[in-house]
Amino acid sequence: MPESSKNVLDRFRQGDADAFEVIFREHQCTVFRWILRIVRDTGTAEDLTVETFWKIYRAHARFDSARGFEPWARRIATHVALDWMRARKPEREITPEMESMLAAVNTGDPGIQAEIRVKTAQAFTRLPPKLRVAAVLAVVEEQPHKVIAESLGITVTAVKLRVFRALRLLRKDLEQQGIRP
Amino acid sequence: MTKMNHNSNHESERTPETERINEVLKAAMPRIADDAGPARDLWPDVLRRLDREPVRVPWFDWALAGGLVALAAAFPAAIPVLLYYL
Repeated sequence: MPESSKNVLDRFRQGDADAFEVIFREHQCTVFRWILRIVRDTGTAEDLTVETFWKIYRAHARFDSARGFEPWARRIATHVALDWMRARKPEREITPEMESMLAAVNTGDPGIQAEIRVKTAQAFTRLPPKLRVAAVLAVVEEQPHKVIAESLGITVTAVKLRVFRALRLLRKDLEQQGIRP
Repeated sequence: MTKMNHNSNHESERTPETERINEVLKAAMPRIADDAGPARDLWPDVLRRLDREPVRVPWFDWALAGGLVALAAAFPAAIPVLLYYL
Protein backbone atom coordinates (compact mmCIF):
# COMPACT_ATOMS: atom_id res chain seq x y z
CA MET A 1 0.00 0.00 0.00
CA PRO A 2 1.48 3.43 -0.89
CA GLU A 3 2.46 5.60 2.06
CA SER A 4 -0.10 8.24 1.10
CA SER A 5 -2.95 5.72 1.30
CA LYS A 6 -1.75 4.57 4.68
CA ASN A 7 -1.70 8.15 5.89
CA VAL A 8 -5.22 8.70 4.62
CA LEU A 9 -6.44 5.56 6.40
CA ASP A 10 -4.70 6.62 9.62
CA ARG A 11 -6.31 10.06 9.42
CA PHE A 12 -9.68 8.44 8.71
CA ARG A 13 -9.27 6.26 11.80
CA GLN A 14 -8.86 9.44 13.82
CA GLY A 15 -12.12 10.79 12.40
CA ASP A 16 -10.74 13.16 9.74
CA ALA A 17 -13.65 14.06 7.41
CA ASP A 18 -11.36 14.98 4.50
CA ALA A 19 -9.68 11.59 4.69
CA PHE A 20 -13.11 10.01 4.73
CA GLU A 21 -14.02 11.78 1.48
CA VAL A 22 -10.78 10.58 -0.14
CA ILE A 23 -11.57 7.02 0.92
CA PHE A 24 -15.16 7.37 -0.28
CA ARG A 25 -14.04 8.59 -3.71
CA GLU A 26 -11.57 5.73 -3.98
CA HIS A 27 -13.88 2.92 -2.88
CA GLN A 28 -17.44 3.98 -3.70
CA CYS A 29 -17.57 2.06 -6.98
CA THR A 30 -16.25 -1.17 -5.53
CA VAL A 31 -18.60 -0.96 -2.54
CA PHE A 32 -21.50 -0.10 -4.86
CA ARG A 33 -20.67 -3.05 -7.14
CA TRP A 34 -20.45 -5.46 -4.21
CA ILE A 35 -23.87 -4.38 -2.96
CA LEU A 36 -25.30 -4.49 -6.49
CA ARG A 37 -24.13 -8.08 -6.82
CA ILE A 38 -26.24 -8.90 -3.77
CA VAL A 39 -29.38 -6.77 -4.21
CA ARG A 40 -29.45 -6.73 -8.08
CA ASP A 41 -31.04 -3.27 -8.30
CA THR A 42 -29.10 -0.10 -9.15
CA GLY A 43 -31.22 2.39 -7.18
CA THR A 44 -31.22 0.20 -4.09
CA ALA A 45 -27.48 -0.37 -4.40
CA GLU A 46 -26.94 3.40 -4.48
CA ASP A 47 -29.03 3.92 -1.35
CA LEU A 48 -27.29 1.08 0.46
CA THR A 49 -23.86 2.37 -0.59
CA VAL A 50 -24.71 5.66 1.15
CA GLU A 51 -25.90 3.75 4.21
CA THR A 52 -22.73 1.65 4.19
CA PHE A 53 -20.42 4.67 4.11
CA TRP A 54 -22.45 6.29 6.87
CA LYS A 55 -21.86 3.19 9.00
CA ILE A 56 -18.21 3.13 7.98
CA TYR A 57 -17.77 6.71 9.15
CA ARG A 58 -19.51 6.06 12.46
CA ALA A 59 -17.28 3.03 13.03
CA HIS A 60 -14.02 4.79 12.06
CA ALA A 61 -12.44 4.28 15.49
CA ARG A 62 -12.86 0.51 15.18
CA PHE A 63 -11.08 0.35 11.83
CA ASP A 64 -7.92 -1.74 11.92
CA SER A 65 -5.59 -0.50 9.18
CA ALA A 66 -3.53 -3.70 9.43
CA ARG A 67 -6.48 -5.72 8.10
CA GLY A 68 -7.17 -3.45 5.13
CA PHE A 69 -10.07 -1.18 4.25
CA GLU A 70 -11.75 -3.24 1.53
CA PRO A 71 -12.49 -6.42 3.51
CA TRP A 72 -13.83 -4.26 6.34
CA ALA A 73 -16.01 -2.20 4.00
CA ARG A 74 -17.19 -5.33 2.22
CA ARG A 75 -18.27 -6.86 5.52
CA ILE A 76 -20.24 -3.76 6.53
CA ALA A 77 -21.78 -3.54 3.04
CA THR A 78 -22.83 -7.19 3.13
CA HIS A 79 -24.61 -6.73 6.44
CA VAL A 80 -26.33 -3.57 5.24
CA ALA A 81 -27.54 -5.48 2.16
CA LEU A 82 -28.65 -8.43 4.29
CA ASP A 83 -30.64 -6.15 6.60
CA TRP A 84 -32.33 -4.65 3.55
CA MET A 85 -33.20 -8.10 2.19
CA ARG A 86 -34.62 -9.21 5.54
CA ALA A 87 -36.84 -6.13 5.72
CA ARG A 88 -38.21 -6.64 2.23
CA LYS A 89 -41.01 -8.93 1.12
CA PRO A 90 -39.78 -11.49 -1.43
CA GLU A 91 -42.64 -10.97 -3.89
CA ARG A 92 -41.70 -7.30 -4.28
CA GLU A 93 -38.22 -8.08 -5.55
CA ILE A 94 -39.20 -9.22 -9.03
CA THR A 95 -41.07 -6.44 -10.76
CA PRO A 96 -42.95 -6.87 -14.06
CA GLU A 97 -40.16 -4.87 -15.76
CA MET A 98 -37.55 -7.27 -14.41
CA GLU A 99 -39.64 -10.20 -15.59
CA SER A 100 -39.81 -8.89 -19.14
CA MET A 101 -36.07 -8.14 -19.05
CA LEU A 102 -35.33 -11.69 -17.89
CA ALA A 103 -37.56 -13.09 -20.60
CA ALA A 104 -35.76 -11.08 -23.26
CA VAL A 105 -32.18 -11.59 -22.12
CA ASN A 106 -30.07 -13.93 -24.21
CA THR A 107 -28.24 -16.30 -21.88
CA GLY A 108 -26.43 -18.24 -24.53
CA ASP A 109 -28.13 -21.47 -23.40
CA PRO A 110 -31.13 -22.14 -25.63
CA GLY A 111 -32.06 -25.08 -23.38
CA ILE A 112 -33.12 -22.70 -20.61
CA GLN A 113 -36.40 -21.11 -21.63
CA ALA A 114 -37.51 -17.63 -20.66
CA GLU A 115 -40.28 -18.99 -18.46
CA ILE A 116 -37.81 -21.11 -16.51
CA ARG A 117 -35.51 -18.11 -16.04
CA VAL A 118 -38.35 -15.97 -14.66
CA LYS A 119 -39.60 -18.72 -12.36
CA THR A 120 -36.08 -19.43 -11.17
CA ALA A 121 -35.52 -15.76 -10.36
CA GLN A 122 -38.85 -15.67 -8.50
CA ALA A 123 -38.07 -18.87 -6.61
CA PHE A 124 -34.66 -17.49 -5.69
CA THR A 125 -36.23 -14.45 -4.01
CA ARG A 126 -38.19 -16.81 -1.76
CA LEU A 127 -35.03 -18.30 -0.27
CA PRO A 128 -33.83 -17.07 3.14
CA PRO A 129 -31.66 -13.97 2.67
CA LYS A 130 -28.51 -15.48 4.19
CA LEU A 131 -28.70 -18.40 1.74
CA ARG A 132 -29.39 -16.07 -1.18
CA VAL A 133 -26.37 -13.90 -0.45
CA ALA A 134 -24.03 -16.89 -0.35
CA ALA A 135 -25.52 -18.45 -3.49
CA VAL A 136 -25.64 -15.32 -5.62
CA LEU A 137 -22.07 -14.38 -4.76
CA ALA A 138 -20.66 -17.89 -5.20
CA VAL A 139 -22.66 -19.20 -8.14
CA VAL A 140 -23.77 -16.18 -10.17
CA GLU A 141 -20.96 -13.75 -9.41
CA GLU A 142 -18.29 -16.47 -9.02
CA GLN A 143 -16.63 -14.76 -6.08
CA PRO A 144 -14.08 -16.82 -4.14
CA HIS A 145 -15.55 -18.63 -1.13
CA LYS A 146 -12.89 -17.11 1.10
CA VAL A 147 -13.98 -13.58 0.21
CA ILE A 148 -17.65 -14.45 0.74
CA ALA A 149 -16.82 -16.04 4.08
CA GLU A 150 -14.96 -12.92 5.23
CA SER A 151 -17.77 -10.64 4.14
CA LEU A 152 -20.38 -12.70 5.98
CA GLY A 153 -18.19 -13.33 9.03
CA ILE A 154 -18.48 -17.11 8.68
CA THR A 155 -16.19 -19.98 7.67
CA VAL A 156 -15.60 -21.20 4.12
CA THR A 157 -17.31 -24.47 5.08
CA ALA A 158 -20.38 -22.53 6.22
CA VAL A 159 -20.44 -20.69 2.88
CA LYS A 160 -20.37 -23.98 0.98
CA LEU A 161 -23.13 -25.32 3.19
CA ARG A 162 -25.29 -22.24 2.56
CA VAL A 163 -24.75 -22.49 -1.19
CA PHE A 164 -25.62 -26.19 -1.11
CA ARG A 165 -28.78 -25.54 0.92
CA ALA A 166 -29.80 -22.64 -1.34
CA LEU A 167 -29.48 -24.75 -4.48
CA ARG A 168 -31.31 -27.66 -2.90
CA LEU A 169 -34.21 -25.42 -1.81
CA LEU A 170 -34.26 -23.74 -5.20
CA ARG A 171 -34.47 -27.08 -7.00
CA LYS A 172 -37.25 -28.22 -4.65
CA ASP A 173 -39.22 -25.00 -5.25
CA LEU A 174 -38.89 -25.38 -9.02
CA GLU A 175 -39.91 -29.03 -8.87
CA GLN A 176 -43.03 -28.07 -6.93
CA GLN A 177 -43.90 -25.79 -9.86
CA GLY A 178 -43.43 -28.66 -12.28
CA ILE A 179 -40.04 -27.50 -13.51
CA ARG A 180 -37.26 -30.06 -13.46
CA PRO A 181 -33.98 -28.21 -13.87
CA MET B 1 -13.38 -4.96 -4.95
CA THR B 2 -12.23 -8.48 -5.66
CA LYS B 3 -10.81 -9.78 -8.86
CA MET B 4 -12.88 -12.54 -10.38
CA ASN B 5 -11.50 -15.93 -9.59
CA HIS B 6 -13.43 -18.45 -11.59
CA ASN B 7 -11.44 -21.45 -10.45
CA SER B 8 -11.24 -20.72 -6.76
CA ASN B 9 -14.53 -22.38 -5.87
CA HIS B 10 -14.24 -26.12 -5.73
CA GLU B 11 -15.17 -27.44 -9.15
CA SER B 12 -14.59 -31.00 -7.99
CA GLU B 13 -17.54 -30.77 -5.59
CA ARG B 14 -19.98 -30.25 -8.43
CA THR B 15 -22.19 -33.08 -9.60
CA PRO B 16 -24.18 -33.02 -12.86
CA GLU B 17 -27.28 -32.14 -10.81
CA THR B 18 -25.69 -29.18 -9.04
CA GLU B 19 -24.05 -28.15 -12.29
CA ARG B 20 -27.45 -27.95 -13.97
CA ILE B 21 -29.12 -25.92 -11.22
CA ASN B 22 -26.06 -23.64 -11.27
CA GLU B 23 -26.55 -23.08 -14.99
CA VAL B 24 -30.26 -22.39 -14.56
CA LEU B 25 -29.53 -19.88 -11.79
CA LYS B 26 -26.85 -18.16 -13.86
CA ALA B 27 -29.26 -17.90 -16.78
CA ALA B 28 -31.95 -16.43 -14.51
CA MET B 29 -29.60 -13.88 -12.94
CA PRO B 30 -27.04 -12.46 -15.35
CA ARG B 31 -23.72 -11.43 -13.78
CA ILE B 32 -23.13 -7.81 -12.83
CA ALA B 33 -20.60 -6.14 -15.12
CA ASP B 34 -17.15 -5.60 -13.62
CA ASP B 35 -17.29 -1.91 -14.56
CA ALA B 36 -20.75 -1.23 -13.09
CA GLY B 37 -20.91 1.98 -11.09
CA PRO B 38 -23.45 4.33 -9.54
CA ALA B 39 -25.33 6.55 -11.99
CA ARG B 40 -24.66 9.67 -9.88
CA ASP B 41 -22.21 11.07 -7.39
CA LEU B 42 -23.23 9.68 -4.02
CA TRP B 43 -21.04 11.98 -1.90
CA PRO B 44 -23.79 14.64 -1.38
CA ASP B 45 -26.10 11.86 -0.17
CA VAL B 46 -23.44 10.63 2.25
CA LEU B 47 -23.04 14.16 3.62
CA ARG B 48 -26.79 14.48 4.07
CA ARG B 49 -26.86 11.11 5.82
CA LEU B 50 -24.05 12.19 8.14
CA ASP B 51 -25.94 15.36 9.03
CA ARG B 52 -29.06 13.46 9.90
CA GLU B 53 -29.16 12.48 13.55
CA PRO B 54 -29.64 8.81 14.23
CA VAL B 55 -32.72 7.84 16.21
CA ARG B 56 -31.78 8.10 19.87
CA VAL B 57 -33.62 7.04 22.97
CA PRO B 58 -33.57 9.93 25.49
CA TRP B 59 -31.50 9.28 28.62
CA PHE B 60 -34.50 9.60 30.91
CA ASP B 61 -36.24 6.75 29.04
CA TRP B 62 -33.22 4.55 29.72
CA ALA B 63 -33.22 5.67 33.38
CA LEU B 64 -36.93 4.90 33.71
CA ALA B 65 -36.50 1.47 32.14
CA GLY B 66 -33.51 0.77 34.38
CA GLY B 67 -35.47 1.84 37.46
CA LEU B 68 -38.36 -0.46 36.56
CA VAL B 69 -36.02 -3.41 36.03
CA ALA B 70 -34.33 -2.71 39.37
CA LEU B 71 -37.70 -2.43 41.10
CA ALA B 72 -38.87 -5.71 39.56
CA ALA B 73 -35.64 -7.42 40.63
CA ALA B 74 -35.81 -6.09 44.19
CA PHE B 75 -39.56 -6.59 44.67
CA PRO B 76 -40.83 -9.37 42.35
CA ALA B 77 -44.25 -9.09 43.96
CA ALA B 78 -44.54 -5.64 42.38
CA ILE B 79 -44.43 -7.06 38.83
CA PRO B 80 -48.23 -7.67 38.54
CA VAL B 81 -48.84 -4.15 39.83
CA LEU B 82 -46.44 -2.69 37.25
CA LEU B 83 -48.05 -4.75 34.47
CA TYR B 84 -51.48 -3.53 35.61
CA TYR B 85 -50.43 0.11 35.17
CA LEU B 86 -48.70 -0.43 31.81
